[in-house]
Amino acid sequence: MIAAQHKTGLVFFPAFDWAISPTHPEREERLLYTQDQVFEEGLFDIEGISEFKPDLVTVNDVQRVHFCVPDPWAVMTESHFISAGGAKTIGMAVMNKEVERGFALVRPPGHHAMRVVHGSRGFCAVNIEAIMIEFIRAAYKVRRVAVVDTDCHHGDGTQDIYWHDPDTLFISLHQDGRTLYPGTGFTNEIGGPNATGMTINIPLPPHTGDEGFLHVMREVVLPILKEFKPEVVVNSAGQDNHFSDPITNMNFSAQGYAALTSMLKPDICVLEGGYSIEGALPYVNVGLILALAGVDYSRVREPAYDPKRIRQPAMVTARIAETCKEVLAIWDQRQRLRERAGEAGELISRERTLFYDTDNIVERQKETVRVCRDCGGAWKVDSSSDRRKRILAVHIPRHACRACQQTGYDWFDQAPAAGFDKVFLQDRTKDQFRIKAPQSAGA
Amino acid sequence: MIVGLDVGGTHADVVLLGTEGLVASAKVPTDADDLFHTVLRGLEKITAGVPPEDIHRIVLSTTLTTNAIVQGQAPPVGMIVSGGPGIDPALHRTNKHYFTVGGAIDHRGRIVEAVDPRSIKAIAKQLRREGVRQVGVVGKFSVRNPVHEIEIARILGDDFDKVFLGHRVAGSLNFPRRIATTYLNAAVHPVHQQFFNAVQRSLAEKGLSVPIRILKADGGNMQFSASIDFPAQTALSGPAASVMGSLAFAPDEEEALVFDIGGTTTDMAILVNGVPLLDPTGIELGGYKTLIRALETHSIGMGGDSAVRVDNGTLKIGPERLGPAMAYGGSVPTPTDAMFVLGMIRTEGREAALAGISALAAQLGLTAEETAERVFDGACRSIIDAAEAMVARVNSKPVYTVHEMLDGHTVKPRKILVLGGPALYFAHRLEELSGYKVGVIPRWKVANAIGAALARTTCEVTVFADTERGIATAPEENYTENVGSRFSGEEAVQLAYRLLRDKAARLGGTAEAHEVEVVENLQFNMVRGFYTSGKNIRVRVQVKPGLIQNYDPVAGRLTD
Repeated sequence: MIAAQHKTGLVFFPAFDWAISPTHPEREERLLYTQDQVFEEGLFDIEGISEFKPDLVTVNDVQRVHFCVPDPWAVMTESHFISAGGAKTIGMAVMNKEVERGFALVRPPGHHAMRVVHGSRGFCAVNIEAIMIEFIRAAYKVRRVAVVDTDCHHGDGTQDIYWHDPDTLFISLHQDGRTLYPGTGFTNEIGGPNATGMTINIPLPPHTGDEGFLHVMREVVLPILKEFKPEVVVNSAGQDNHFSDPITNMNFSAQGYAALTSMLKPDICVLEGGYSIEGALPYVNVGLILALAGVDYSRVREPAYDPKRIRQPAMVTARIAETCKEVLAIWDQRQRLRERAGEAGELISRERTLFYDTDNIVERQKETVRVCRDCGGAWKVDSSSDRRKRILAVHIPRHACRACQQTGYDWFDQAPAAGFDKVFLQDRTKDQFRIKAPQSAGA
Repeated sequence: MIVGLDVGGTHADVVLLGTEGLVASAKVPTDADDLFHTVLRGLEKITAGVPPEDIHRIVLSTTLTTNAIVQGQAPPVGMIVSGGPGIDPALHRTNKHYFTVGGAIDHRGRIVEAVDPRSIKAIAKQLRREGVRQVGVVGKFSVRNPVHEIEIARILGDDFDKVFLGHRVAGSLNFPRRIATTYLNAAVHPVHQQFFNAVQRSLAEKGLSVPIRILKADGGNMQFSASIDFPAQTALSGPAASVMGSLAFAPDEEEALVFDIGGTTTDMAILVNGVPLLDPTGIELGGYKTLIRALETHSIGMGGDSAVRVDNGTLKIGPERLGPAMAYGGSVPTPTDAMFVLGMIRTEGREAALAGISALAAQLGLTAEETAERVFDGACRSIIDAAEAMVARVNSKPVYTVHEMLDGHTVKPRKILVLGGPALYFAHRLEELSGYKVGVIPRWKVANAIGAALARTTCEVTVFADTERGIATAPEENYTENVGSRFSGEEAVQLAYRLLRDKAARLGGTAEAHEVEVVENLQFNMVRGFYTSGKNIRVRVQVKPGLIQNYDPVAGRLTD
């Protein structure tokens, strides 16, 4: 009888009747062969591994994180409620100490979904990790959380959600944005003025292999985590760094993923991308589950594995070492960088254009944040899309100081009724979400 | 007429059913060391004076294989296991002669690595040298392509009594369970074969030549001749027999719980529209997790003879039994004693019962009646709690589609059927405490034997089609055909039904063909590049567990 060293919970929700479109990578078939492998290996029979049925998330859970335009039902399908619910179920199982670690093997994924949601981008509508994290913060009074995103694509959605949050450390390892969607995630993206240094991007050159990933883990990720001392470590466990993935260019293997998981020891893993549905996912997922549970994974090997063919080129190794040095230097200077980012009480604005590739929507944002030394700072986003929708999103952070609370309420109350389709207030101090629609407010 | 016989731990129940209803019933003590004579005595007793030609069906439910497995009396078995990438197959070791060999098949049934014939020959030689007569051969993903198991069996040749192949024992994916199930089949094969040959021979000598049928854990039966290939499926048929015996009295359009309340334990099952729920994976027995199909049952240590004590000022009932009730000469008070004190049972023994309950009452500072009431209510309540937990567990089983997640069936029983020794006394209080309607199964004393007698022949077939590879296969049935790219899900269902009807007939089913249903039906477009390259189809069909056709008139008369 095989027994797990670490009690591990799994939510497996392959959504066998849901697809973005029939031939889309995010289609019914995606986790079919993973299910075959997981069932055939008998993983759910291992002593200490248990399967949970996912709960659905509520609209309240979604609105702790997102401003959906015009509302959550318009941008989410049933499958999103279940997939985010799967992450939440695992989060609860870990926090209730029913299990030591957990893995939500669910689809659709979420790490490209940002605070304001006009539609789907990068196959994601809502950020399932963030919904889970904000739920456990509200329900279990967790404060310091680290998210380590090991999907091949930059986790720009998670980065956006936690850009101003000094309590959330976001680390993304991904293929260099100059060579892959979404084209962001460079080392100089380090977080907003109230959370400078809490966003860490580690872009990796194409053809990075096991050696490179494990080097980054050892030299950068683990030491930074040790310093940050998170209460909960979440892994956005994308599996598209695999050498056989059809839409990326990396050389990572199932053994590499399992070793990375053993090093990281995440409390909660959430599946993100990964589209080599036959050659990689069955083996990567089995390796990852075994590594989480602390069961021997040394014989998990994908049929096409050939170490010679996927050896990491020397130039890549050198480039990775450079990037690591750069990232650590920024981490070490984070206090000074934050002080330089703005004066307390100052309002700092930025403007940007975002593209929703999945739904073909262009969004324009003007974001304003109150620089604050006492809390994460209130912020607001004035967002309009080419679908002629304009909203104002106001956020008051969980541990907001009085001044930031006041600022948030002023923004919400004083927003010109005529200018917006909706004005939203996310008051995290009261766990409240308020909506002001001009038709009613203006009357 | 039909004979049903169920061997229990202490005695065997046997019934004779005719068109007029229950003709006769009998009880014989179980001799665990000599089940053959137990069965024979039971059959002799019930058929005495009945013309042999009037008996057209004999169904046995025995503890033979269960005992063999639990007591570990297995002969040496050679296990040859081909793993492929994944968990080290050495970790699934079942027994001493367990060999892992090369060869790998993937999830689609494609060969990834060939089997090395020399290694198989070497193992065969060693097994022969050590006198091993039964062999099990199991490959990972062999239910997707059994070619390696078949090749290994071919290399083993005719040198062994019986070679069991993993892909024939069950159609579902679960390599460790397939290994365990194959092993158990091989391990109980000799004792099973000897036993039934002996029974059949003895009956033939008495002029009874009707083929014997054997009850399985899924509440169905199969003919003895067919069971030679799947002897382990006859393990744990006892709880199933009682559930089947209650079916004739179950509401057709409702969901119900069945409680078999015994002296030591209460076994529970769930009926949905008159059909018992099946365990989706398989039974656990003797430390082995298997793919043996079984009814979803749950057993708790609570019965009429459960030991009652006061622990830190609170009543504790069960889970252990420390002998009979004090009313019947035991030394520890029990719920049965409480029933004596409450005047529910009015036979001899109240004094002893009262003494036992009074001792508890003194510790609790209550009267004997109050204590008896608490004991009895506590027993009822713990049965209800366990049943509610079982229903919750069934409803929380994971599902894998949005449709099932949002619109999936939720089991909500509204009725309880009880049987077993103390059932009659429990019924009323169970109803008051649970709010469910509670009915007592008529003829509950022999419901298990009636269930065995009237059970249908059940079986299951899994079809897997991969139109990109151009195959449709049902490995359990040893069936593969080449199919074209247009092979559809509907055709797969038709193929599965055809194979199921053949299988049911082979196992002894006659009129069962239309009691079939689709259990699983999944179809996926396989997209490679941006084009659909084929379809991946999985279909599972079954003969539902239930009672044989035209049982109604018989069952109707059972209530007399």
